Amino acid sequence: MSHVSQLSATLSAADSLLTVLVGLAALGLVISRQMAALLRLFMAQSILLAGSATVLAVGLPSEHLYFFAATTIGTKVVLIPLVLRAVATREIYAEREIDQVLSIPLALLVAAVLAIVAWTLVRPLAVDLGDSTLVLHVSVGAVVLLFGAFTVAVRREAVAQLFGLLVMENGALLAGIALVPNLNAIVEVGVAIDVPVIALVVGLLIRTIHEEIGSTRVGYLRELKDG
Amino acid sequence: MAEILLAILLVPLVAAAFSYWLPDARWARGVTVAAALAVAVLVSIVDLRVSRTGPVSTTGGVLAVDALSALYLGLVAIVGLAAALYSWGYLPARHEPGAARLRLYYALFNLFLASLLAVPLLSDLVLIWIAIDLTTLLSAFLVAFEGRRPMLEAAWKYVTLTTMGALIALPGFLLLAFALTSAGLPVHWQALVPLAGHVSPAIAFAAFLLILVGFGAKAGLVPMHTWLPDAHSQAPAPVCAVLSGVETTAAIYVLFRLFPMLSLLRPAAASAWYIVPGLISVGVAALLLVQVRDFKRLFAFSTVEHMGILLVACGLASRASQLGAVYQMLGHSLVKPFCFFAAGLATIAVGTQEIAATRGLLRRSPLVATALLVGGLAIAGAPPFPLFVSEVSIIWGGFAAGRWLATTLLVVFVVVAFCAIMYHLVGMTFGEVAEADTPAPALPRSPWTALLLVGIPALALGIYLPGPLATLVHQAALALRTGP
Repeated sequence: MSHVSQLSATLSAADSLLTVLVGLAALGLVISRQMAALLRLFMAQSILLAGSATVLAVGLPSEHLYFFAATTIGTKVVLIPLVLRAVATREIYAEREIDQVLSIPLALLVAAVLAIVAWTLVRPLAVDLGDSTLVLHVSVGAVVLLFGAFTVAVRREAVAQLFGLLVMENGALLAGIALVPNLNAIVEVGVAIDVPVIALVVGLLIRTIHEEIGSTRVGYLRELKDG
Repeated sequence: MAEILLAILLVPLVAAAFSYWLPDARWARGVTVAAALAVAVLVSIVDLRVSRTGPVSTTGGVLAVDALSALYLGLVAIVGLAAALYSWGYLPARHEPGAARLRLYYALFNLFLASLLAVPLLSDLVLIWIAIDLTTLLSAFLVAFEGRRPMLEAAWKYVTLTTMGALIALPGFLLLAFALTSAGLPVHWQALVPLAGHVSPAIAFAAFLLILVGFGAKAGLVPMHTWLPDAHSQAPAPVCAVLSGVETTAAIYVLFRLFPMLSLLRPAAASAWYIVPGLISVGVAALLLVQVRDFKRLFAFSTVEHMGILLVACGLASRASQLGAVYQMLGHSLVKPFCFFAAGLATIAVGTQEIAATRGLLRRSPLVATALLVGGLAIAGAPPFPLFVSEVSIIWGGFAAGRWLATTLLVVFVVVAFCAIMYHLVGMTFGEVAEADTPAPALPRSPWTALLLVGIPALALGIYLPGPLATLVHQAALALRTGP
């Protein structure tokens, strides 16, 4: 069975670099103020993720990861931008600034705290995970997941929340490619279908909300509550 | 048997295509009811077989059904059929949708049903995750069906929170897949119990916690429950019935599957991780039930309560309480749709969902008021309904296992919830009609069929459990434990 510990030093270094860059792209999402930048950041992150998968695919070797890298590019760099352009052009491709609940320095501070939290949480697993490539992928994956979740939780802008979700998925899969390099083909296809469906459904919902309410600032939707 | 398992998934997919592309939108509802009926028949064949001869699966084990999945599969099928019947008359009476909207509704309804049916049918853990994630995405526009501001707000919260939850759960599933492949086991739920001999507790509990937090949002566990009352109150009644009756249970189904492995590794920790979050949900839901103002939200909070009870019952880990857990799942999935069906008719009869504005319903529409009251009694756990039997069994098992504190708290919360539900419903059904009465609008007929379809078993199962079903319930309860 192929395992990530078989990686050569060069490939391991290349993979580490790509993995860390995936993390940095998620940091960009947390602090970005431009609506149009969000999509570009997500696409860049997906390319980096596919790159990391390719490096692992060469090193192991694993055919499944080549397939994963190809579907990642296909769905996240080609299909999702097309889907979003089709369903919510005005909302997503708007060249405008978005509300920021937290100032950039404060958001950076929160991001630092989240990164430390992620490392602390993954730490106890390091022994069981064993290999350093695996630990790095899981740790950075956890950081990306938390950055994405933070974006969904605190941003009041629907488009930013959508990209928060998509980035979370990248984080989970960054850990996934190192954890299970040999997921079976049906599962690969399932995962590849799931993400464009998220983009399609949430994108359509964003458009409907924009048409009905005249804004995508979902944080200000506060009609439903108790008491 | 393999063909039947596959057909259960394919029938709703084909029905979705027909609903969308048939020339007359009214045919969509006929196709949907026919498909739901076909699924129900196929599922009963599978369930009878499982009850008689044990688990069935396709070659290679991609699809597999044991007693627990058979039970859940049966519940999805019957609630799906009832909701399809209910939609027939309810949608035109309440929402007056255009042809395009109706087509979209039925197409999505069928797809949603297919994703729900896939959860108990699939063996592969990551595929189960995908199926559960799809249940949210495919039902988003069913929640937003009416398309006005509150529905969109509800749908937005529903999609973002539960998808976020699913994405938190995903690394949990991947960790399990890592542990399973490292141990040379397939990534199937059937391999979880054997995995206990190979996996370190740190990995297993890390995976579980991610799934608990992530799918806790899906099941509406406190504090990730905030989307649930919104979505379950704003969606059309038949959609609420499916959401509350069987969709939330999908996440609990996964947590049930994990319990035996965890309790083999660390019995005390496993029980605590099920009981404490469960009790918090039951307690908070009981308090929220007291101050609720909208009667569909009332039933939504009661779902939060029931999901908590299911977790507590599983965690109490005694035979009686786990039998109660499975019985509670059965009862909840039949009674809750009944409540939402009755509530849907009540909104047509009085034109509002506000509890305070609904007075003297018994005089305005006696049948609706009776259904609402019976549903309320059944969901609150009054005898002789099934939820009374299951709750007594859970509490009995808890005390027998010596878990005095947890069980006592459970009793207190359940009693508070009972009183709150009855207080609101009695106020709505009895009492004086406020103004000079306008005549109640005519009620559509198909919803009554749906009401009876879930109502008759819901009422009967408290008194009598037919042989094959009793076998399924007992076998399913055994799936929650490893020892005797």
